[in-house]
Amino acid sequence: MAMTISREQVLEQVRTVMVDALGVDDNEVKPEATLMGDLGAESIDFLDIVFRLEKTFGIKIPREELFPAETLMNNPEFVSNGKLTEKGLNELKAKMPHTDISEFAKNPDIGKLPDLFTVGMIVNFVESRLKAA
Amino acid sequence: MRWIWIDKFVEFNSAQSAVAVKNVTLAEEHLHDHFPGFPVMPECLIIEGMAQTAGILVGEAKKFEEKVILAKIKKAVFHDYVRPGDSLRLSAKIESITDEAASTTGTITCGDKLIAEIDLMFSHIDQNLAGKQFPKENFVFTDTFKSLLQGSVFKTGKG
Repeated sequence: MAMTISREQVLEQVRTVMVDALGVDDNEVKPEATLMGDLGAESIDFLDIVFRLEKTFGIKIPREELFPAETLMNNPEFVSNGKLTEKGLNELKAKMPHTDISEFAKNPDIGKLPDLFTVGMIVNFVESRLKAA
Repeated sequence: MRWIWIDKFVEFNSAQSAVAVKNVTLAEEHLHDHFPGFPVMPECLIIEGMAQTAGILVGEAKKFEEKVILAKIKKAVFHDYVRPGDSLRLSAKIESITDEAASTTGTITCGDKLIAEIDLMFSHIDQNLAGKQFPKENFVFTDTFKSLLQGSVFKTGKG
């Protein structure tokens, strides 16, 4: 049976995941909040979030699908002089179809890559997964 | 030397759950200072006991080939003191395990009394941290650590 769940409900459950995983207050978990900058997530927290999302929504999430930045940044073909190359940008776009990267693409400084990972992006990702299921 | 905060395993279901026991004794010198006249097991060491119980469970799930490091204390709630003479029962369960990491839940009881709830995350460090190199030998699962398993749960050669 396909699950019918509104975006608001997905956000609500993602909010609970963030509050439990990062020890933040509910009102900090806004769609535009960045996981690292605003909510203070560290690398191990990303795995914690993945595990919690899998449990909450009953879906399987390979970590590199939700958080592809790490594998991207370790490939010299994709990164040059601290910026994503054309190839890197295309790879990012392919890996994050649920996220609008047009603003980032104007100056693809890898230092700003973490800003793409927001609560809203997680909600988009979960929504796309639930639809596909 | 390595501080070991569990005495033996009494149950071990590979890649699923494990139960270890820890008998607390006044022969542990730190209890004399923590606190003078009121000896209680430090809560950080109770967490370490759970980290060893759950960590060995996680390590065994990958045949002790990964270096399993405690990466995050997701939850640590204490309901009561642990005093000399107490026999603790540390029960750990694997909630999720992947190539990179594992997440566990656990409870610690003394008789019927709930002492603590401790949920942890472990990292398989060779699979993380952007390919950073660590020493080849598995410095986590040394012989001392593995000896905890011999004779109690895993039968030794002598059976």
